[in-house]
Formats: sequence, C-alpha cells, structure tokens
Amino acid sequence: MSLFLYILLLFIIIAAIIAVETKNLLSAVICVGAVGFGASLMFLFLCAPDIAITQIVVEVLGLIILIRACLSRDITFISGGREFFGVVVSVVIILVIFLAGMKVFETLPDFGTPIFAEAPEAASQTYIEKGLAKTGAANLVASVILDFRAYDTLGEATVLFTSIIGATVILRRKSKKLLEEPDE
Amino acid sequence: MKGMTIIVKTISSWVKVLVFLFGIYIILFGHLTPGGGFAGGVILAASYVLLMLAFGREFVEKNLPLPLASRLDCLGAFLFALIAILGLVFGGSFFVNFLYQKYLPGQPLNLISAGTIPLSNLAIGLKVGASLFLVIFTLSICCKDFKTDTSTHKKEE
Repeated sequence: MSLFLYILLLFIIIAAIIAVETKNLLSAVICVGAVGFGASLMFLFLCAPDIAITQIVVEVLGLIILIRACLSRDITFISGGREFFGVVVSVVIILVIFLAGMKVFETLPDFGTPIFAEAPEAASQTYIEKGLAKTGAANLVASVILDFRAYDTLGEATVLFTSIIGATVILRRKSKKLLEEPDE
Repeated sequence: MKGMTIIVKTISSWVKVLVFLFGIYIILFGHLTPGGGFAGGVILAASYVLLMLAFGREFVEKNLPLPLASRLDCLGAFLFALIAILGLVFGGSFFVNFLYQKYLPGQPLNLISAGTIPLSNLAIGLKVGASLFLVIFTLSICCKDFKTDTSTHKKEE
C-alpha cells in the first residue's frame, strides 16, 4: 500500500511539472485535472472518503469550466521565453522554502499516520472518543464540521456567499447597460 | 449555442435525474455516510452544468431562473444562520446542538438522529448548490457578452 502511494505521489509531481512546462493550454488544464484525480485517489487510500468525494466532485466541476474556457478562446499556445533574472529569483525562493520545509517536516508524523499517534492528548482524540455520544452522528467528520467546529463552517459559508455576491454584481448584464448609457 | 447533438441530449436527459438524486442522497445521509452538505451541493450544481452543456443556456434559464437561484442561495445561508441562532435561544449558546441534547435524541445510525446536523447539511447543500450554479451561469453570460462586444467593435471598425 505504501509503495502504491509513493508511485501515486510521483505521478502527481510529474503531472504538475508537465502542467507548468507545457506550451499547449488545453494540455496544461488536463494535467491539472490529473493532479486533482491523483490527490483524490490518495485521500481514498489514506482512509478519508469525505475529502475524496469533495475533491473529485470539485475537480470535475472545475475541469469542465476550465476546458470550456480553453475551447472558446482562439489562442491556446503560449509563446515567449523567460527572463534570466526571474528564473534566478524563483529558484532561490524555492530553495529557501525547501530548506525551511525540511526542518518542518522532521517534526511531522510519518506519511499517512494521523497526528494523534504522536500526541495522545490532541483534540482529535477527544472527537473520536466522545463524538458519537455528544452529537449522535455516525459520520464523525459531519459531527466535527457541523457541531464541534461549526464556526468554521459558518465562516466558509460566508466566504462563499460574499464571493458569489461579488461575482454576480460585477458580471451581471443590467449594470453594464446602465453604466454604458451615460457615455453614449 | 443551441446545445449538442441528439445523442448527447437523450443520454443527458436520463443521466441528469440520477445525478440529481445522488446529490440529494449525499446531502440527506451526510451524518451517516461519507459526504455531506458541501459535496452534495456540488453534485446538484454539476447536474445543472450537465444540462447547460447539453441543451444550451436558454433551456437552463427557463428551468431554473436566475432570481430563483439567488433566492435559494440566500435561503440556504439564512437557514444555516437560523439554526445557529435557535441554538442560542433554546440551548443557551451559539451553534449548540439543542435538538439532540434536549428534544429529539434519536437512535444513532438512524436517519433521524444527530439533532441539528442533518438540518445544517440541508442548508449548506442548498447554499453550495445554488452558489456554484450561479457562478457558472454568471460566467457563461459574461463570456457571451464579451464575444458580442468584440463582434460589434469589429463591425464598427
């Protein structure tokens, strides 16, 4: 199982590199989709079906929108080289983040093991032991996101609501007509 | 944009029901099986995206008008906030699970259990589905406006 996960991780990394490096926009979008499906499979094999379902559904919807946007554009090829200074700066930044990440990853538990394996007094242990008795929900993820941490869900719903309001106000048809009329 | 060929239209008119029902199942059983409000809402929106791709935008606009969708969106957000405030009124603190603790304990692993969690799942599913539908719908309108604007500019030139 562990070997399979590492192969999947390698596949995701290769797809991400191809998505950045390829010149064709449609190929890049499809490679982003491959990254998402690989991540969804990985969540499934790490025993997190809730996140796997959400990941695969959002990935499909986002991929449809991106492919549709790519197909309706005329120019799908990216031209032009890269500047030397930009490459140097990005390589230096990636190196710094890599060195800092090496120190951080030493403190994390092994790949695939939950955090409470190393910290028994963590909050997640309480959720697992008392979640069913305190909320009555068989799905512990639902009991966490809608009972113990319901404020997070409220904040997430507010973010979604505000972004939809912004998108509809900026992109709707009537306001454009009203704005255009005084100019004419 | 009048949609795709008749093969795609026929198959998607069958499949859309299954996709919609699966979304409702994921929302309703969110407190028992994997899934929940967010994933189910995205599946509901995906069924309308399928309709939009197969039949064109005008068909979907007739089926679910834009004002109705934005009202459903607001209704979902309002229901979620209402459940939280009812917890403040009946249970003593914001977001407390008052139905499970006081009024309707229910049996675990049954459909009617866990108090306010299924109701919150319903509200979030409604909200997420309507919001994502609105996003895609607004983007497609914007795309069309952009194209017509450029075509009129070309005519003027």
